[in-house]
Amino acid sequence: MKRGVIVENPVLRLVLGTCPTLAVTTVASNAIGMGIAATLVLICSNTVISLLRSIIPDKVRIPAYITVIAGFVSIVQMLVKAFAPALDESLGIYLPLIVVNCIILGRAEMYASKHAPALSALDGLAMGSGFTAALLCMGIIREALGEGTLFGVKLPLLSEGGMMQPILFFSLAPGGFFVFGMLMAAANRLSRKKELPVRNGCGDCPAAATCSLSGHAVTGHSASNHGAAEQGGRNV
Amino acid sequence: MENQNLPKLSVSSSPHAHCGESTAIIMQDVLIALVPAALMAAVYFGWRAVLLMLLCIGSCVLTEYVCRRVMKRPQTVGDFSAAVTGVLLAFNLPPTLNPIYAVLGSVFAIAVVKQMFGGIGMNFVNPALAARIFLLISFPSHMSRWSIPFFYLSANADTDIVSTATPLAQAAAGSGRPSYTDLFIGLHGGCLGETCTLALLIGGMYLLLRRIITPEVPLCFLGTVALTALAAGQNPLVHLLSGGVMLGAIFMATDYTTCPVNRAGKIFYGVGCGLITMTIRLFGSLPEGVSYAIVLMNILTPHIETLTQSSPFGSEVRNSGK
Repeated sequence: MKRGVIVENPVLRLVLGTCPTLAVTTVASNAIGMGIAATLVLICSNTVISLLRSIIPDKVRIPAYITVIAGFVSIVQMLVKAFAPALDESLGIYLPLIVVNCIILGRAEMYASKHAPALSALDGLAMGSGFTAALLCMGIIREALGEGTLFGVKLPLLSEGGMMQPILFFSLAPGGFFVFGMLMAAANRLSRKKELPVRNGCGDCPAAATCSLSGHAVTGHSASNHGAAEQGGRNV
Repeated sequence: MENQNLPKLSVSSSPHAHCGESTAIIMQDVLIALVPAALMAAVYFGWRAVLLMLLCIGSCVLTEYVCRRVMKRPQTVGDFSAAVTGVLLAFNLPPTLNPIYAVLGSVFAIAVVKQMFGGIGMNFVNPALAARIFLLISFPSHMSRWSIPFFYLSANADTDIVSTATPLAQAAAGSGRPSYTDLFIGLHGGCLGETCTLALLIGGMYLLLRRIITPEVPLCFLGTVALTALAAGQNPLVHLLSGGVMLGAIFMATDYTTCPVNRAGKIFYGVGCGLITMTIRLFGSLPEGVSYAIVLMNILTPHIETLTQSSPFGSEVRNSGK
């Protein structure tokens, strides 16, 4: 369970399902709705795919998984439409798009197709809560800073009469990416093992591939000879 | 070197001679070059301008200090680069902005844009400009509330700020514009430091004479703006004298970290800045595009560097395909 939430958090550690993460987290309540809907689909589809894992032929497994997932997404969508029409309205296209959410297909492929139904359901629950937790964090931060509200309740500091206006930046796409990056850094920190990233001279720099300075030092430096480049370090 | 106090043999690695130039000295020169424009901002926009400039400098320097402490990296407050960022950010703000937004912008500029990427020399875009864009996106109404110069002289200055449009907004709306003289000495609405072209040019000349900047980037930037305006059938002088083109071309686009090193790269970069600026001015929904133009070209800079890489003297000719 802890693995699902932090160490292997689907959004922040495995970087799956980023599309809904960035799109629906402008408001915390949307984030929760999205998280719960995806978790439901995840648990059900994991269980069913695990049950069917000996029947589904290997060659057509992806279409088979998607059919199962699409079935559950339709059910969830109808439920949301019936019982929470407001949520359906605000989630819009992202609710039916759960079908192609990488987390669900990824867990079906990586876990449910190899494990027993009970374990798969538990995995779905863990991954789903990780997804929900990440979305909730983003939703709270972005709503508080970007709209000046929390679950629709106005915060005194960040509204018209308060200290300053809400920082619109966080409601917009760049702010979404910014908060996403910050949370990823935090999740990395929380689940970091003792080892530090390998120091690699200029190769560490994100612009290394295009940088004219590192051009000579890291020519031919690729993932395969990572070790060699690491020893060579800075051989300018 | 007949100094008897020196040890007989001192062994150290090269360089042995140092011209005395350092980051701190360069940044001091930039600050000196910014003084005329800062004085004019204070004259035109009064205590609010002074307050904004001081606040931006103070919060930039403080943020830099705190960031370096938290990250346990060598302290870089002494190189004045944070102070330069502070002044430039203040120059990019409207005079009547609530000071709290200025502080927020300063913290964003230093903490997020500069220190998170590793501090001086590592930022991928100009921190002051990125902070301006951050504020512009976040508080669009506050960031485009302009006031006429000398508004602080009127009787009840606090409540009676006369708002006005910038020359570019006036041009876009089709109404009249200030005279060339007014544009040149800065008697019109606009950001703190961008209005007085004369003061900016004096600062630019100083930087050129001290060889802090080279003329390629500003000349290409301004030339492209003028030519594009001419080609579009608009008055090139108005486009050069209004908005943030002068400030951007002289002080922001020439930032060492985020502009190309080679002459060819600089020319390409300057022309690109000019083209994007004019594209936004002519076709965009915003009246001004200098900050976006420079930031976009900042992002392209590593690629320009790769394209214009010079081969070291005496080295073998590079094979095709790197």
